[in-house]
Amino acid sequence: MHYKRVIPCLDVDRGRVVKGVGFLDLRDAGDPVELAYRYDAAGADELVFLDITATTDKRETVVELARRTADEVFIPFTIGGGVRSAADAQAVLDAGADKVSINSAALERPQLVDELAATFGSQCVVLAIDAKRHARGGWEAYAAGGRTPTGRDAVAWAREVARRGAGEILLTSMDRDGSGSGYDLELTAAVATRVALPVIASGGAGRPDDLVAALRAGADAVLCASIFHYGRHTVAEVKEHLARARIPVRASG
Amino acid sequence: MTPRSGPTVAIVDYGMGNRRSVFKALERAGATPKLTAHARQLRAAHGLVVPGVGAFPEAMRRLGALGLVGLLRERAGEDIPVLGICLGMQLLFERSQELGTTGGLGLLPGEVTWLNPGGLRVPHIGWNEVKFVAPSPLTEGLPQRGCAFYHAHSLAARPANVKDVLGITEYGEQLATIVGRGRVFGVQFHPEKSSANGLALLERFVAVCAETAPESEALWGEMARP
Repeated sequence: MHYKRVIPCLDVDRGRVVKGVGFLDLRDAGDPVELAYRYDAAGADELVFLDITATTDKRETVVELARRTADEVFIPFTIGGGVRSAADAQAVLDAGADKVSINSAALERPQLVDELAATFGSQCVVLAIDAKRHARGGWEAYAAGGRTPTGRDAVAWAREVARRGAGEILLTSMDRDGSGSGYDLELTAAVATRVALPVIASGGAGRPDDLVAALRAGADAVLCASIFHYGRHTVAEVKEHLARARIPVRASG
Repeated sequence: MTPRSGPTVAIVDYGMGNRRSVFKALERAGATPKLTAHARQLRAAHGLVVPGVGAFPEAMRRLGALGLVGLLRERAGEDIPVLGICLGMQLLFERSQELGTTGGLGLLPGEVTWLNPGGLRVPHIGWNEVKFVAPSPLTEGLPQRGCAFYHAHSLAARPANVKDVLGITEYGEQLATIVGRGRVFGVQFHPEKSSANGLALLERFVAVCAETAPESEALWGEMARP
């Protein structure tokens, strides 16, 4: 039985976890390693750390984060935010991360996806897409943490990175992110039906029913941030809810 | 020498794979892990782990360049416990179809081919239930019928001998995800990333290494003597 995954996302700024409300408004919420350890014990299937530290020397901070996490946590975790080259990816993976998530760097230089897949294997390469609904219909991929429109159609971009060797798509709806009003199910379905890769739905989870809807819409996993961070729901509650909706989930630890 | 907390398990360091995670998990499972590519240390270890994430041809090329292909075959022939993880399990077989045909270590008969899971997604990523189909020291004490482990792969080993299959994962097809013959074992999933179940399996491997430790120490002593 292949299980659908529940993946808490921890936004990290200068080594501290902050809650993501939209992309620009942030609050402090704790030590990443301790949170990761608690999520493992609670039955989280994987973790994603998104480093949102303003660029420059962020490679050192994400490597240190990966190292400290790998010491204590024995579930897969992905690091995103500081990875712009194969050398960055190597440093983060060597420190103990299982996957790297790339976004802007791939939009600037799509060949990076091919390079990472060839060097580390597709299963290490998570392609993050920040997608925003376009007035003309469809969705546009944004770069720089949602600040810069790229003119690329998000679905076409997902197909391209799949061809280039990405292993998973982390698909964030910018319209829903931080809203708590549910995932963008049309976006999730649009990408999941057009690529053969696992899709991780992200942005907008407010209630356990939102997770059910995204998984039914074709997502293989759901990324959750605020729904867990302030104890609104536990991982166990959410998984029980999914199981009652007949979605296959691994029993909580 | 450090005080003996557990058998020395050498993680074969050929420059690929999540070596640090495997190291930390083995440590947690009670072993004294050593990350090394040195023949002397690999010969002295009580057990070997072949990690691996990446492509089969590159892994074999690197093992060959380090002179480790013959050494791994030699150590397996001496009945030293060996555990291949993910790509490391695939390397145990005779050949792989990843990016053309490449010969493997040939410790187990069979080949590695691409997943063919019907309409399911590739890579196969995530937690999946592994059914234990034959008793094995590797799964002793774990839930009898099987349990969930974390998988991440696009190819799978197809053992030629059904007796080598110890565990099966369903993913559109039946995949041999635990294999073993004698003390040579392979797991397609990542025990080092499978929380309590994975650590329990690694503890079992460490226990197998501990059982064989005195013999291998004696052997090492003989070989080291002029």
